Amino acid sequence: MAGSEADAARALARDRRARVLQALGLTAPLLVFLAFTFLIPIGALLMRAVENPEVARALPATVAVLDSWDTVSAPPDGAYRAFADDLLAMAEPADAGGLARRLNSELPGARSLVMGAFRQRESFATLDAPAAKAAFLALDERWQQPELWRVIARNGSRWTPDYLLASVDRRRDATGDVVAVPEEQAVFVRILLRTLGIGATVTLVCLVLAYPLAWWLSTLPVRKANRLLILVLVPFWTSVLVRVAAWIVLLQSEGLVNRALAGLGWIDRPLELLFNRTGVIIAMVHILLPFMILPLYSVMKGIPRDYQRAAVSLGSHPLGAFVRVFVPQTLPGVTAGVLLVFILAIGYYVTPALLGGPADQMLSSSVAQYANVELNWGMACALGAVLLTATLVLYGVYRRFATGEGLTA
Amino acid sequence: MASDPSSVLVRFAGVAKTYDGTTFAVRDLDLDVRHGEFLTLLGPSGSGKTTTLMMLAGFEAPSTGDILLDGRSIRATPAHRRNFGMVFQSYALFPHLSVGDNVAYPLNVRGVSGQERRDRVARALAMVRLEGYQTRRPSQLSGGQQQRVALARALVFEPTLVLMDEPLGALDKQLREHMQIELKALHRQLGITFVYVTHDQGEALTLSDRVAVFQDGALQQVAPVDRLYEAPANRFVAGFVGDATFLEGRLVSRHSGAVELELPGGWRLRGVDGDLGDAPPGTDVVAVVRPERIAFTSEPAGENALSATVEDVIYFGDHLRARCAIDGQAVATVKVPLGPRPPVGGAVSLHLPAEHLRIYR
Ligand SMILES: Nc1ncnc2c1ncn2[C@@H]1O[C@H](COP(=O)(O)OP(=O)(O)OP(=O)(O)O)[C@@H](O)[C@H]1O
Ligand SMILES: [Mg+2]
Repeated sequence: MAGSEADAARALARDRRARVLQALGLTAPLLVFLAFTFLIPIGALLMRAVENPEVARALPATVAVLDSWDTVSAPPDGAYRAFADDLLAMAEPADAGGLARRLNSELPGARSLVMGAFRQRESFATLDAPAAKAAFLALDERWQQPELWRVIARNGSRWTPDYLLASVDRRRDATGDVVAVPEEQAVFVRILLRTLGIGATVTLVCLVLAYPLAWWLSTLPVRKANRLLILVLVPFWTSVLVRVAAWIVLLQSEGLVNRALAGLGWIDRPLELLFNRTGVIIAMVHILLPFMILPLYSVMKGIPRDYQRAAVSLGSHPLGAFVRVFVPQTLPGVTAGVLLVFILAIGYYVTPALLGGPADQMLSSSVAQYANVELNWGMACALGAVLLTATLVLYGVYRRFATGEGLTA
Repeated sequence: MASDPSSVLVRFAGVAKTYDGTTFAVRDLDLDVRHGEFLTLLGPSGSGKTTTLMMLAGFEAPSTGDILLDGRSIRATPAHRRNFGMVFQSYALFPHLSVGDNVAYPLNVRGVSGQERRDRVARALAMVRLEGYQTRRPSQLSGGQQQRVALARALVFEPTLVLMDEPLGALDKQLREHMQIELKALHRQLGITFVYVTHDQGEALTLSDRVAVFQDGALQQVAPVDRLYEAPANRFVAGFVGDATFLEGRLVSRHSGAVELELPGGWRLRGVDGDLGDAPPGTDVVAVVRPERIAFTSEPAGENALSATVEDVIYFGDHLRARCAIDGQAVATVKVPLGPRPPVGGAVSLHLPAEHLRIYR
């Protein structure tokens, strides 16, 4: 008896192992693909947001000397000597260029200082510390300003919270405390709030438009509903740029919409529909609507008519039955659609860039600005991390919703 | 309100329903539902039972005709004002509400609250023997328990009428039979009028006071269960309700209800007029007889006797059934008491008593 039980347990374990192996084998290609196209890039993005390699790599000796500096008094002479050594140790001009760009992003003018010194580096070769300081000052008076050396000292470690702090309008002051940046420099929190605001508006408009439509589709016979769903998907068939161009044609002051409204006598002056918030929201809603309709439709389709009929037979007015019995059961679809549209919306870039004004740009356009124009990958990645965080927080909220409700019938 | 048991509660008067304008889901329906009775609408799939029930519930409007409740038309009364309890095959328990809240739903919409609501919910759940399940979700109950919750919910507001559309269809056979007994007991205990839809003739016979048989949207017969079984109104009802043997023949003569027909083999049988109307001699007719009315006989030449060959004997626990081949006819089924089995392949004579042989066109 006991023997056969042990046999059965062994067979079960063998079976289970085989199934695990099979599952691994079947999913491995996708996992590898995801690792290379998704996980590793996201990891790299998060790394870049806190990575600060330029100064630490280019100026190891200088950073070591500045370690013992009090950051307030005049920089020690040894620092000039060490800086000269670091310049001499550089293999190619590109190393100096990277350093110069990095310092310049924190202290305007630092680029020319560094590149000037780099070109003269051979002349520093044999000087002692005070002589080195004199040589630097002779090159440019600004070499004596403590701010420059403070920037070097602050960026001496390979990791920095500065980009992340900057992306929420914070910085470290001279003593290392986190403080808000001056009012006139604070931009990202405002842009983030604007991004979330536009995302919320677009999501709400999509929900209001999609809910009745999805309900109507769910009441139709499947064949007819499928035919109509194809129409819902039409926006996916054209590229974003084509659609944006079409919106420009429609919404401009001499465009179809304005002329129609004027023709009906409803307006005297053309409405401002383009290059402002209205245009951005109209176009984004148009593009994102299917992402709201589809989850709503699929959830509504699965709710039998019997529920509402039962509620009505029990004495509910049909409207009351709809609100009290049907709507609650569509909540999983609502949360899914809201989440999907909102997350997609806060990442929008092309549409606001082409249809919005300067005050309608979203966080992604700042990311693009840093990545494409200023070549400040740290800032670009930090802002990307902010978007990622917003998305993850939302997803967490969604999970709470979805499991807390326990709609498992 | 009159509670005379034979008085009419609901009357379908010339009701017809078409969904597409060409075919009728229900046609020319005249049907009374009496106070306090258990009436079953029985028929094969697509015969119009659900459509009839939905018109009564107010979810479909009759295309023609009228439905009267206590003599007054309810055409204009919307479904939620009819005060009919309804039980669906899918139970339709609201998945986002607890069992208690499901049962309280009709009370909430009627403005019943507080202690009275609690009491009535508790009483309704006790009635279906589900005390202590108030806080569960419907998904945490078995099919039979869900069905009982649906029943409690349909009864808790003391409806004028309870409508049920194949409520036991999703249950397995044993549970279904158990629930049939409970339903019948509940009906007797509450005295509320039940209108019940099923396509299962056994269930209809078990549960009902009266049964209305539908086919292709047309009402075939309304009768108490025993009449339905003993005196089907036509060939369809005879075949749909209970087992029967059908013998094809030709009408020979008719004298005041006693009918004579001739089978292709030359046998003459006497029977009772089913629905012959004024059919002339020579009309093709069918003679129908229940398995328990056929007897083996030792007089092959006797009145209403046929010779046959035993093809098969089937054991049914409390009785046997012999399947007997008759020349030129479908196989006849004969109910035989337990005891010595008729030999398979043996020739036998069957006696079909004239008073139980009903002749239909
Ligand atoms: N909503 C509807 N639209 C169009 N035709 C319908 C609709 N409901 C029912 N029908 C048609 O009406 C006829 C009667 O259907 P009904 O549902 O009343 O049958 P039933 O007797 O309840 O059958 P079942 O035992 O299969 O439930 C069928 O031919 C059916 O196809
Ligand atoms: Mg039906």
